[in-house]
Amino acid sequence: MADPMKIRATLQGDVADVRVLMAHPMETGQRKDASGNVVPLHFIQTITAQLNGKTVFGADVSQAVSRNPVFAFKVKGAKAGDKVSITWTDNKGEKRTDETAIGAG
Amino acid sequence: MDRSRRVVLKGAGAGGALAAALAAGLLKPGSALAAWNKGAFEAKNTADAMKALGVTNAAESKDIQIRAPEIAENGAVVPIDITSTIPGTTSISVFIDKNPFPYTGTFDVSQGALPFVHLRVKIGESSPVRVVVAAGGKYFTTAKEVKVTIGGCGG
Repeated sequence: MADPMKIRATLQGDVADVRVLMAHPMETGQRKDASGNVVPLHFIQTITAQLNGKTVFGADVSQAVSRNPVFAFKVKGAKAGDKVSITWTDNKGEKRTDETAIGAG
Repeated sequence: MDRSRRVVLKGAGAGGALAAALAAGLLKPGSALAAWNKGAFEAKNTADAMKALGVTNAAESKDIQIRAPEIAENGAVVPIDITSTIPGTTSISVFIDKNPFPYTGTFDVSQGALPFVHLRVKIGESSPVRVVVAAGGKYFTTAKEVKVTIGGCGG
């Protein structure tokens, strides 16, 4: 199981500024390891974010996203204490969901 | 132009594939991302990737801001901020023209997120970073050149 995400959500007016750091190798399938074998593709493909259980943001991404990906996005209509939950799925079918509460700006 | 129309017509002829695609929301720009678009992600150039995504007639726009370093010291981690001020923006897609697979991703902001996204990408060699924004069924695009001094694909 992958390490937990670090999610930070702060409020500016009614807009939540959400930043997330995911722990993932994001292998491109082009890199070789020390013994010269190609490291197989292993990367996050889809990301969804929910605010209080309602999907508000989604992404489909490729292996060109950097290792331990960082994303930030902004969601309207949020209040302090609202729950932000983020899920990623990678090309091997691994999944991880983490949740945080929005802190006051 | 003519060619894409032919493809659509052919699709419609072949048992209402167009209707099916419409129903699945595939042709509605920026609607909930249906399935991870393998064809687009495996395309080896930006034009093919856009074709696989159904992006046509993208107009150059000054209402998309790309904030990225002019010169990236480390191509493995290039921070990019994208903001669209086009009304009704539904999705933001990123292409890095000179990467082995240029299509980097699409961010769906049609469901309550503001038309902004920050991400960090790998850029193999100096390349334009091209952004395509879908808004109101139309596509808008802009690009910014990023110079890379150390490649990002070596890991």
